[in-house]
Amino acid sequence: MSSLAYTFSDTGTMLRRQLKHMLRYPSLTIMLVGMPVVLLLLFVYVFGGTLGNGLGGVSGGRDAYLFYVTPGILISSIAAVVQGTAIGVAMDMTEGIIDRFRTMKIARVSVLTGHVLGSMIQVFLCTAAVLGVAVAIGYRPEASGLDWLALVGVIALIAFGLIWLTVALGISADSVETASNTPMFLILLPFLGSGFVPTDSMPTAVRYFAEYQPFTPFIEVTRSLLSGTAVEGKELALTIAWSLALALLGYVIAKKKFNKR
Amino acid sequence: MTVKPLAIEARNLTKSYGKTEVLKGIDIEVPEGTIFSLLGPNGAGKTTTVNILSTLLPASGGQGIVGGHDVARDADAVRGIIGVTGQFAAVDGLLNGRENLQLMGRLNHLGKQETKRRTEDLLERFDLVEASKRPLSTYSGGMKRRLDIAMCLMGDPQIIFLDEPTTGLDPRSRRTMWAIIRDLVKAGTTIFLTTQYLEEADELADRIAVLDGGKIVAEGTPEQLKRLIPGGHVSLRLHRADQVEHAARALAAGSFDADQLTVQVPSDASVDSLRKILDTLDRERIEVDEFTVHTPDLDDVFLSLTGQGKNE
Repeated sequence: MSSLAYTFSDTGTMLRRQLKHMLRYPSLTIMLVGMPVVLLLLFVYVFGGTLGNGLGGVSGGRDAYLFYVTPGILISSIAAVVQGTAIGVAMDMTEGIIDRFRTMKIARVSVLTGHVLGSMIQVFLCTAAVLGVAVAIGYRPEASGLDWLALVGVIALIAFGLIWLTVALGISADSVETASNTPMFLILLPFLGSGFVPTDSMPTAVRYFAEYQPFTPFIEVTRSLLSGTAVEGKELALTIAWSLALALLGYVIAKKKFNKR
Repeated sequence: MTVKPLAIEARNLTKSYGKTEVLKGIDIEVPEGTIFSLLGPNGAGKTTTVNILSTLLPASGGQGIVGGHDVARDADAVRGIIGVTGQFAAVDGLLNGRENLQLMGRLNHLGKQETKRRTEDLLERFDLVEASKRPLSTYSGGMKRRLDIAMCLMGDPQIIFLDEPTTGLDPRSRRTMWAIIRDLVKAGTTIFLTTQYLEEADELADRIAVLDGGKIVAEGTPEQLKRLIPGGHVSLRLHRADQVEHAARALAAGSFDADQLTVQVPSDASVDSLRKILDTLDRERIEVDEFTVHTPDLDDVFLSLTGQGKNE
């Protein structure tokens, strides 16, 4: 086998290991999926009536807010899943098994790519669950078939960026506790963007931050795709650029830390 | 006598963290198919040595060659032929025993059939069949170590590093581990063993190096090391105080204590030398209450070479 074939085969083995972990200890996955669902219900049924009126649309109210907030929750759910990535990587790093992997003739990166793919699967489980619940409570996306396809691609891309970033955070953490704290800020970012309310209702400084942080383009592209409206070229370009930049940054840091020990 | 090729070789290996020198230039030669034991107290640098030779850590200086490959330049070739069992069981705690072995089989690219065959074989050999489907949290320390070694054998390594494989095990599990290690060597595997137990090194190793403070302070077969230390003697406790000095003279004793009625006679504990002592006692009509033979053991070697009384 060539070294590339080894990388694929080892990644497959490591992914299998991750899936086994998920199946054996489903509580983490359930919690990761459950949190965004709770967030959705909370925002729609508790804050939704008032917030919907503030959106300035014709209809207003809870239905309008459900339509507005679902893409935001969807992206939040990716931020929630990657919390688990950091914890998983940090747990691996503190176990003796990593030293065993390091002394074996395997594609080293597969230890990390296994985590990346495992989290990717969790992201799709989680976003599907959120969308399902949203539809169940009355959300009606207006996306075309092509839009849905594009949405899958965009979610995969965003997830790829955020997952590699949290792999780096997990590997840099000196304990599992640290790893469960450092990626917390990601949960906050959708709130400081266009996820829950339009950015033009925010004070200048916050608005300025919101417009230049990655989650705003992430959410805007998702919102456009789900509502079947044209995606702005600038937002799409920013989404792709941010995702790839975060992935690259995370990958470089993670690889360096993994080899250095 | 044919000289066996070397499986492991270290030349002037050094490792420092900042200004702290952990290894101060050590040389090691381990011929193929033998057990080499690195013996030393905690913090002597045993684990660091293992980590460097098993490609986990880069050395600060010197060279390590394992199976003919340089550990720094050709790490992957080294990884292909070694197995490592560290101080802490390197197992995946979220999988069961069988799954851990299967994971190793896949990572060694053995193929389905071979993975299955070796998994069952190793479970059997290490007495883990019954526990194979239980989560690792239910395993005892000894079982985890056995699984750990079984995992390292999935890849059929030529050279195995065992870093304190019996630390924390009960005496029974320790004996089992020794039997496992002996079997491995019988099959031609080279073993690099670190331990802080003298008994273990004495029991298993063909050659021992005593590591202390990052330096090898003595090296040789267990017998050679024991000979380094003059410690063999016969200790007598006499019945009558007035005979002590007389006995000491007649036996050419090293030392005596008239108050305690004891006499120490240097002896290599051979039958001849003991007979001589007994004959002398008879001839001189010396009454003896107690007669004890002390042979030097590795404890004497260890204590005299490391730690105690060595204030640099």
